[in-house]
Amino acid sequence: MAGELGHFALILALLFALAGAVAPHIGAVRNDATLMAFADRSVLAQFLMAVTAFAALTYAFVTSDFSVVNVATNSHTLKPMLYKISGVWGNHEGSLLFWVLILTLFGALVSWRGRKLPLRFRSRVLAVQSLLVLGFLMFILFTSNPFLRLDPAPLEGNGLNPLLQDPGLAFHPPMLYLGYVGLSVAFSFAVAALIEGEVTPLWARWVRPWALLAWVFLTGGIALGSWWAYYELGWGGWWFWDPVENASFMPWLAAAALLHSAIVVEKRDALKSWTILLAIVAFSLSLLGTFLVRSGVITSVHAFATDPARGIFILAFLAVVVGGSLVLYAWRAPKLAPSGLFGIVSRESALVVNNIFLSTFAAVVLVGTLYPLFVEAFGAGQITVGPPFFEYAAAVLMSPLIVALGLGPVLAWKRGNISRAMQVAFPALVVAAVAGLVLVWQNAGGVVMTAFGLGLAVWLITSVFLEIAARIKLFRAPAKALTGLGKITRAQWGMSLAHAGVGVILLGITISEAFTSEELVVMAPGDTVDVAGYSFTFEGVAPVAGPNFTAVRGFFTVREGERVITSLTPEDRVYSNPAMNTTEAAIHPLFSGDLYAVVGEATGAGRWSVRLYFKPMISALWLGALMMMIGGILSLSDRRLRVGSPTGKKTAAQAGEGASA
Amino acid sequence: MAGLKTRKKQRLVVVSVALTSLVGATLLILFALGGDSLSLFLQPSDVKERQVEAGQHFRLGGLVETGSFSRLDDGLTFRFTVTDCLANQPVEFTGLLPDLFREGQGVVTEGELNADGVFVASTVLAKHDENYRPPGTMPKSEGQCSHPDDQAAAAAYSEG
Repeated sequence: MAGELGHFALILALLFALAGAVAPHIGAVRNDATLMAFADRSVLAQFLMAVTAFAALTYAFVTSDFSVVNVATNSHTLKPMLYKISGVWGNHEGSLLFWVLILTLFGALVSWRGRKLPLRFRSRVLAVQSLLVLGFLMFILFTSNPFLRLDPAPLEGNGLNPLLQDPGLAFHPPMLYLGYVGLSVAFSFAVAALIEGEVTPLWARWVRPWALLAWVFLTGGIALGSWWAYYELGWGGWWFWDPVENASFMPWLAAAALLHSAIVVEKRDALKSWTILLAIVAFSLSLLGTFLVRSGVITSVHAFATDPARGIFILAFLAVVVGGSLVLYAWRAPKLAPSGLFGIVSRESALVVNNIFLSTFAAVVLVGTLYPLFVEAFGAGQITVGPPFFEYAAAVLMSPLIVALGLGPVLAWKRGNISRAMQVAFPALVVAAVAGLVLVWQNAGGVVMTAFGLGLAVWLITSVFLEIAARIKLFRAPAKALTGLGKITRAQWGMSLAHAGVGVILLGITISEAFTSEELVVMAPGDTVDVAGYSFTFEGVAPVAGPNFTAVRGFFTVREGERVITSLTPEDRVYSNPAMNTTEAAIHPLFSGDLYAVVGEATGAGRWSVRLYFKPMISALWLGALMMMIGGILSLSDRRLRVGSPTGKKTAAQAGEGASA
Repeated sequence: MAGLKTRKKQRLVVVSVALTSLVGATLLILFALGGDSLSLFLQPSDVKERQVEAGQHFRLGGLVETGSFSRLDDGLTFRFTVTDCLANQPVEFTGLLPDLFREGQGVVTEGELNADGVFVASTVLAKHDENYRPPGTMPKSEGQCSHPDDQAAAAAYSEG
């Protein structure tokens, strides 16, 4: 029953989306306020229908209704409740339904938060959003219906892939999708602005919170995915430059570029046409990512079950959305009012540099990801583009960006003064150079890249602190510094925190890549192995049983000198449904780095193959990502971002306060 | 400092910086793709056909031949044969095998041939999902042999 209800809700949503995608445009042409206002009602109805459908599918999963094909293939009665629920979006059909749910949620949010947007513009935005919903609903109903029935219903389901039964992965897809889909709002705003033929600083002020929100979610999603790979796959790596990973990284780069270029539009009324293009490109990359992941056209270590018919549908949808919006751009963008001017040394220029490098990097990642497709299409055989290519590109393109990142915030708008900026930034450069040199001095040979990376990281972090110091005049008038600290807006704190986060991540990458110690050995109970000054003693193994798996658990005692630090208990699990092995690495984070142990197989005579690591400063990766997210949220919560833009039910008093700030 | 007085001049600067960066990126791609980072994805019969030289880095995909798996005395080195049903390629790997590694299953390995013609793998990549078959591991010659998953499915079907 719930299945049919969900199916019916989806069909209704499709009809609402169709009407919502057409009527507001007619209203805007005829200047008919009723038709334009229909957009609001339509997105709300779409959202309610999507919630109904999603609730119906969730209900089927929670009650283990195996008469629904999707539940039978992806769930199991013995699965813990968390994974029954996360199983809803842990498969192709369910994840698309989730995508639509979020798409309609964002539509409803724009309608709710955007009460103060001009009706004409808002209805255009919502109509574009409805068009996207329409496309995805057609995809679901025609190629991937999650509510298909199975007759006769099996008694037991197939279960969810055990690798995916993990808290990190339960929340990784929703985060990523919130990011992907969040970019749809920026896209809809851009297309609406093109149709209306006007881009104003106010437009940028409306778009920026959405771009920022999407970027925060993408950051979180990527970080969670990489964290999951680090502790679940058991090979100590956290990023592989796999097509599926690149698919989420490209929109992230574009979103980062977008939220910076929108600042230039907002503050200086420049870079308008470029910002529109970026908004289109960012969402197109999200769609492309979905296409790559869902169609299986690319040899990936972790592609998903695939179907050519679906691939063709997404490709067609991609062509319509990307092609259509780019044609619209080519036609309308030249008619936009020309942008403002700025000096060659200015905050604007620094942001342009940021945009050039971020988008070039996104383009390079795109080429590297798609290159195997082209080669294969031209019959030159199957190839893969490996990590060295991307690492090289990252080093070449991101280093100048990070140098500029230290300088940009201290430059003035419109016409900056490089010498004054250097006065602030020079100490940072010195500190960075010294940090790099010290390292070369200590370990001569083969560490130039490490020294360079460390230097850049220190440069960035130091210059963030110096910028704050300069802002509050810490060195010139230390007495008043504290009052200055209070005057820093949340947006500025957010920027500093996010920039420092980039530095912290770079620090983590550099140190952990350069100084990881790894031992691959066969150990008998009682054996001790030294890894980076920590001694790992193997105490033996014991069998354990979980709710839907059995496992062999290894016991290690880790000592530093005579002092016991911790015991590590990695597991090798065998899941029953589906039958499959997974490795549960045991990780103990210390301040200086992670102790990491994986137990392999029995090799006879009570001996086990094991892999032991010490990974220095690897936690800095997740810490840095967290700093970037908190920075983004701080910036979002800044009242100034909302001035003149929708404030929902906020009182007039607050609006007045905002205007005076 | 020469301020950018005219719109034309500003556009010139922005466009030239963007172009330089694009050209740089393109060169980078050409340069890097010519080097080690680009690895061929071959199946055992391609390896025979192309007469791949020892020391050249490539990815090898195929099925792990049933009954070919063995472990050396050190407990950490494994030998197995990757097949595409037309040709076989012996493989040696030292390390922990991924969870999804099994005889008769698809596998992708990365490494190079040694002087004896054995493929020394530095990495063994397993599939991420038991329903998914990496495209490179499917035998090209249909009818030569069928994918073991199909055999298993067929067996299950005939039993049922």
